[in-house]
Amino acid sequence: MAEENILTTGGHHIEEGLVHLQLAEDAMDICRSMSLWPMTFGLACCAIEMMACGMARFDMARYGAEVFRPSARQADLMIVAGTVTKKMAPAVVRLYEQMPAPKWVMALGNCAISGGPFKFKNQYGIIEGVDKLIPVDVFVPGCPPRPEALLEGLFEIQQKVSGKRWWPVPEALQKEKF
Amino acid sequence: MSQIPVELVKILIALVAVAAFVGLNGLVLVYLERKVAGHIQRRPGPFEVGPHGLLQPLADAVKLIGKQLFTPKNADGFLFWLAPILSFMPVLLLFLPLPFGPKLTGMNLNLGLLLILAFSGLNVLATCLAGWGSNNKYGILGAARAVSQSVAYEIPLLLSVLAIAFQTGSLNLSEVVAGQGSWPWQWNFMVQPLAFIIFFVSALGETNRAPFDLAEAESELTAGFHTEYSGMGFGMFFLAEYANMIVVCSVAVALFLGGWNGPFFDGAWWFLAKVYVLLLVMIWLRWTFPRVRFDQLLNLNWKWLMPLALLNLLITAFVTKLS
Repeated sequence: MAEENILTTGGHHIEEGLVHLQLAEDAMDICRSMSLWPMTFGLACCAIEMMACGMARFDMARYGAEVFRPSARQADLMIVAGTVTKKMAPAVVRLYEQMPAPKWVMALGNCAISGGPFKFKNQYGIIEGVDKLIPVDVFVPGCPPRPEALLEGLFEIQQKVSGKRWWPVPEALQKEKF
Repeated sequence: MSQIPVELVKILIALVAVAAFVGLNGLVLVYLERKVAGHIQRRPGPFEVGPHGLLQPLADAVKLIGKQLFTPKNADGFLFWLAPILSFMPVLLLFLPLPFGPKLTGMNLNLGLLLILAFSGLNVLATCLAGWGSNNKYGILGAARAVSQSVAYEIPLLLSVLAIAFQTGSLNLSEVVAGQGSWPWQWNFMVQPLAFIIFFVSALGETNRAPFDLAEAESELTAGFHTEYSGMGFGMFFLAEYANMIVVCSVAVALFLGGWNGPFFDGAWWFLAKVYVLLLVMIWLRWTFPRVRFDQLLNLNWKWLMPLALLNLLITAFVTKLS
């Protein structure tokens, strides 16, 4: 299979420091979680929802995540928004490896999670889940997910980075999750 | 015991003050830019990180410091890391001759204006080195654009500044400011409106600000000359861009808008207020106009700004000779 050949061993997190200063590290983590710059990178229709997220109604900018950087070198968060075809897979892996550490990945939509509607017997065109290529931090299900779901995924990553949920949980979610 | 020259201590203090000023204003400008962008697009902009998103630029700065620094394969390591430093360091020098207030000047130089115009040219070199050193096709395209753009826009900028120098007979910024009165109709832009407009448009071109940000055109060149820079390398270019904006706006205020002169109370606050009005106009322009094409950019310069600036200079020379 093609997936095995292009699976990256790229580091996911930064190296351990020589000196540990808990307070400084915590402050650094909070700053990192509050300025997750995503990469300008869309693969399919989920990217439209990602764009909606940057616009007036949902406005990811409120949480400091609106600086969509066109260059992978300046991005912190890769939002895999859409179907990963086998032709696109090497490019996805390369972009992931070009991002400087620390970096995070969000798989947005069913295609990026598992292949979605394109997964059937004898299919030959797509990668069934981007986690076969690169390590994924947060999966956001939906076909496509609503912008609210993308925001919720962003909060999940913020929680993963800084160890704290910063924003109130919506009522609909409170029953399910907490 | 050898004596430490007083002048050296003064310059050192001025440099430290300028560094603090640039850092602080960089943070304020990043916040302003994102907030103004948000409100122009009918969204709140940064809002949740600190009250009304006030801590957002701080979080960004700390994050950028904490990112991995990366030198691409086959890049020229020395030039690659020289470029961001070279783009930021001369900017500190540019602040020295600026007259912030009647007494508040880093160095009162006779040729202060010349110093600013000369050292601001180093920024182009830094952009060129960044593009060349990073071994990246987008980088080199961005650098090539930046060079031809800066060379073109430097000329009308110099010509419009020269008109003011002819009129006042001085290249000392403090003297130019002192020659203007307290009220808006006594300022130089009433006498030289064309020179002011030419200066401001050329300044937009010089600082690579939208609508003339072709050196880092996102839609064509990924991120242009700083495509390969991560972390603080990118941060330095960012800071240098904002510092350059402050410098050109300060020069515009000192030459055309009366500097620290203002109604009722002369002082540094008038200077800062006017600089920030000009900066807001720059941000407003960025989020209002689409990026121009490269031929349009050069056409505007060579076919309009240059002849107009020359004409303006000729008329100024005639009038000053006659009067």
